[in-house]
Amino acid sequence: MKHPSAQHLLAPEPFRTRRAFTGFAARAALVLLAVSTGLLGCKKGDPASAAGEGSAVGSAGVAAVKAPVTLLNVSYDPTRELYDDFNQVFARYWQGKTGQSVKINQSHGGSGKQARAVIDGLEADVVTLALGYDVSALHDKGQLIGADWQTKLPSNSSPYTSTIVFVVRAGNPKHIKDWSDLVRDGVDVITANPKTGGGARWNYLAAWGYALKQPGGSEQQAREFVSKLYKNVPVLDSGARGSTTTFVERGIGDVLIAWENEAILSVTDLGKGKFELVAPSLSILTEPPVAVVDKNVDKHGTRAVAEEYLKFLYTPEGQEVVAKHYYRPRDPQVLAKHKSAFADIQLFTIDELFGGWQKAQATHFNDGGVFDQIYQPKK
Amino acid sequence: MRFKTRGVLPGFGLSLGYTLFYVGLLVLLPLSAMIIKSSSLGLHEFWAKVSDERALAAYRLSFGAAFVGSLLNAVFGVLVAWVLVRYRFFGRGIVDALVDLPFALPTAVAGIALTTVYAEHGVLGEPLAKLGIKVAFTPLGITLALTFIGIPFVVRTVQPVLEEIDPDVEEAAAVLGATRLQTFRRVIFPSLLPATLTGFALAFARSLGEYGSVVFISGNMPMRTEITPLLIVTKLEQYDYAGATAIAGVMLLASFVMLLLVNLLERWTRRAEA
Repeated sequence: MKHPSAQHLLAPEPFRTRRAFTGFAARAALVLLAVSTGLLGCKKGDPASAAGEGSAVGSAGVAAVKAPVTLLNVSYDPTRELYDDFNQVFARYWQGKTGQSVKINQSHGGSGKQARAVIDGLEADVVTLALGYDVSALHDKGQLIGADWQTKLPSNSSPYTSTIVFVVRAGNPKHIKDWSDLVRDGVDVITANPKTGGGARWNYLAAWGYALKQPGGSEQQAREFVSKLYKNVPVLDSGARGSTTTFVERGIGDVLIAWENEAILSVTDLGKGKFELVAPSLSILTEPPVAVVDKNVDKHGTRAVAEEYLKFLYTPEGQEVVAKHYYRPRDPQVLAKHKSAFADIQLFTIDELFGGWQKAQATHFNDGGVFDQIYQPKK
Repeated sequence: MRFKTRGVLPGFGLSLGYTLFYVGLLVLLPLSAMIIKSSSLGLHEFWAKVSDERALAAYRLSFGAAFVGSLLNAVFGVLVAWVLVRYRFFGRGIVDALVDLPFALPTAVAGIALTTVYAEHGVLGEPLAKLGIKVAFTPLGITLALTFIGIPFVVRTVQPVLEEIDPDVEEAAAVLGATRLQTFRRVIFPSLLPATLTGFALAFARSLGEYGSVVFISGNMPMRTEITPLLIVTKLEQYDYAGATAIAGVMLLASFVMLLLVNLLERWTRRAEA
């Protein structure tokens, strides 16, 4: 393949004639005008046209109840296998209950990126993300859901939970038992950048909470503890999957801070015999929330099935699927049944210690927050 | 080829109109949306965001690594093009095709592959680490990734020009008593320079915006190995669209000025040659 014209790409010939130039200017102005009116037009027309379509689709849905229905579940990265499984179970249940077949499409990616895609127009019927902050953004930035979304389903709208644990190399050569071992000199800690990875924000908050809850712990001590911990991090990958690759494939680091479900997966399935799971004495209860995207389900006429889809996650049947993929079920009976799979760790919640996601995000992760200060050069 | 007001070929108005529409739709529309977004910030806030210490460190790294990478490509890319054009050897077709690979490879794949090779337990990373050279997760690794993705730009712009230069010209120079060095300096180099500059500019522009491959090899440490595109993603992650577009605007302006300069330089060398 040759590109003989490539050298001309950046070297436009000088403007040909005066006439051509004025013509160009006029046309450019026209394009700009068209663009700006187009943008304004969209903004004004959008809610009205969306509502119009919504009612049209809605009435069509009533007319033909048995027509197959499609849902889009926009989720974060490590839930791929969980929802592969759950979707089949739900489709069977829905078919039996209503006679309607349902097909659920999945989209996976970093939690924040997925939320932005929905805000920017990806028409998700439901979102199942890694942290409440990203779901709240659907309200704050996109007006796609109500402000009270987290109260619409039981248990903070988080049908399953997990926690933050450690993965170490076989035999635990650095004798890592608890969070305090992570700040020792010579221990390399692998975790993702909490500013880019939503999941990694839980890791950071878990460490902070541990330090805060030590006897005599204070904000100041927590800050020092977390600073020291991140000084031991040689590589900040942009997401949790990247960190796992760094630790597992590249052999870098002594300990990987990970979600429990991911940790169990790497210890039992992926790297059997090469890694060990270490449960700290204290950790955070991670609550990945789910929500129906009101504006989209009303437009698609899929509200009933979307709501049922999320509620089904809370049923014993749904909770079994959750447990199978190493998330902690909320249902006490199902949890009791799978008790042996999960380490006994004392857990605190983000609401208890940090006053919710909005506050935690503003204090710790936004520009100029505590995390940035760790890396800011001393003045 | 230069059009008069009335060209020899018909359809000037139509094709110009189409061109403007095409460029407007694909380039101008997203860019103007970006500028509108960033203009939601006040001037003071805008300046605070784009001149923040961390942003400055990111600009330095991005522009520095892109510059060094493109410079390396300008030198070695010309060499590769020279070999491909002037010599016939076994496997030349394969080497020729390999040059295009960085174009075709998804950048994430390139990033992961490079990191695997150059990380501290990688095939090349391990011996290099013994010599005390760390490549992956340092600015050196970023430069390496940017050099990798920039190769085809220089080779593919220089190659056709080189093909146009008749070996007779070199022979003539030799017959007229020029030494080999003189032949290169006075005959070959001046005719290659404009194309090399273009290739450099293309590679540079491409490297500045590169994200996919770099995030894997950079380690993303704030202040040290955080490239500007990553900073933009970081801002998006906290739903700071305006801040992200502000940084993007600075990048855009800087690259535009840089490309303009290279263009002027190229035109100047072309004129000097003529």
